[in-house]
Amino acid sequence: MADPPKFDKKSRYTEGRGIAGAYEGETVTRRRLMEGAAQVYGGIAVAAIALPGLGFALGPLLEKSTVSRWQDLGSEDDFNIEAYVPRTFNIVPEVGDPGKSTVYVRRFDPERDTVVKGQERQPYVAISTRCTHVGCPVRYIQASQKFVCPCHGGVYGFEGAVEGGPPVRPLDRFYTQVENGRVQMGDRFSVNSEFERFSPRDPSNHLDGLWQYLYPSRPTT
Amino acid sequence: MKLPTPPLPKALRPAPKRPGQGRDGGNGNGNGHGRTGGPATKPTPKDQAVEGAASAVGWLDERTGISPFLRGFLYRKVPKGTNWFYTLGSATMFAFLSQAITGVFLAMYYEPDPTRAYESASRITNEVFLGELVRGMHRWGSTVMIILIFMHMGRTFFFGAYKYPRELNWVIGVVLLVLTLAMGLTGYLLPFDQRSFWATVVAVNINASGPVVGPYLADFLRAGAEFGPTTISRFYALHMLAIPGLIAALIGAHLYLVAKLGTTAPPWLKAEKKDLLTEEV
Repeated sequence: MADPPKFDKKSRYTEGRGIAGAYEGETVTRRRLMEGAAQVYGGIAVAAIALPGLGFALGPLLEKSTVSRWQDLGSEDDFNIEAYVPRTFNIVPEVGDPGKSTVYVRRFDPERDTVVKGQERQPYVAISTRCTHVGCPVRYIQASQKFVCPCHGGVYGFEGAVEGGPPVRPLDRFYTQVENGRVQMGDRFSVNSEFERFSPRDPSNHLDGLWQYLYPSRPTT
Repeated sequence: MKLPTPPLPKALRPAPKRPGQGRDGGNGNGNGHGRTGGPATKPTPKDQAVEGAASAVGWLDERTGISPFLRGFLYRKVPKGTNWFYTLGSATMFAFLSQAITGVFLAMYYEPDPTRAYESASRITNEVFLGELVRGMHRWGSTVMIILIFMHMGRTFFFGAYKYPRELNWVIGVVLLVLTLAMGLTGYLLPFDQRSFWATVVAVNINASGPVVGPYLADFLRAGAEFGPTTISRFYALHMLAIPGLIAALIGAHLYLVAKLGTTAPPWLKAEKKDLLTEEV
């Protein structure tokens, strides 16, 4: 009398492995199937809570949070070709005072100014005061015709090109247009040291050469 | 020289047990059993209080089985040479608890809104009863916690307590250090004065300087490309919900490993053949 049940532990079939109550042709035990199902349901339940939460927190990366608008800066007579005129504007009106910023505005000088590539028609030069090092507010010094940052000593020339200190690219600019004799200011854009236009980047983001690929544009701009 | 214990006054001396009072609260009901023996006197209020407390503890222990765990956790053996430097970890934890408690009270008055934050913070300092004290405790306590956590880290490093088998606890500790610094960063914005605003602008832009992920990280922190209306509420949520929750959970894991693995002897102690462990009760 040989051992009647010949079970092979490595059999594909649960019946072959000698599991009680196995169906013919069954390869996955019911216990294992239930385990798998519980894991899947658990995963779905976690994802149902975690994914919307994550999307909620990461939403600002994917949607445009600042509204594009043209803001009035004053009459054309207020500005000249020689010197910058400071204007206060509110970059995020909902914030109140912290949203306020300064822009330095001057009429575009075709003989003297470097043309930002692709933006030949900007009638005015509107330079942001946000330092391109880590974002402190720079001030224009008329006597030396330079922009100077109080935090870490960044210095920019008359057109906003870096002349000294830690900044990584020229000062950002804003689009300008003239409507019924009024100068208007639009969205921000960034330039690299060759005065090529880029979508707005954070301070500290290099934009020259291969650096520009390490600091990609936002999906929203 | 040890002086003899002075005798207790008569009123405080424990009375000898009466018949029928011998069992130690075995049935979990300490009140009634003194009366069964006919002329037995009533238990004094003190006896009742002791019995009541013991039976309450017994009730809990019977249902949770926690006393073996607590015995192992609170009366574990520590190496010879354990000294005051070993208290820096607990000190850091109590600094965290102090921050948590004062933070809860500050949150009762603070409004995380860009137009209201500064006003509400200065109201805490100038008008709320003891607000200056609570805000001061939170503000200075944060600095104390940073100092303590670095001293604790230095103790662990110089005593070699990060070595096998405690590497994972070192890693958890480093994560706790980073989270504590993140608490400092997110809390710094909340008073919303010029200094905290510009410090946050600069800190977020430093985050933005990381290649590839930096700009996205900055957008996540600011809730957009510019410092916007929800930036401060985002920092507030991180500061009072997300990061403290993580810190509390990781402190639990950190303590579990300390209790599980034990602490190290200071490096100046040579290993002895026997009697290496002394029981500290």
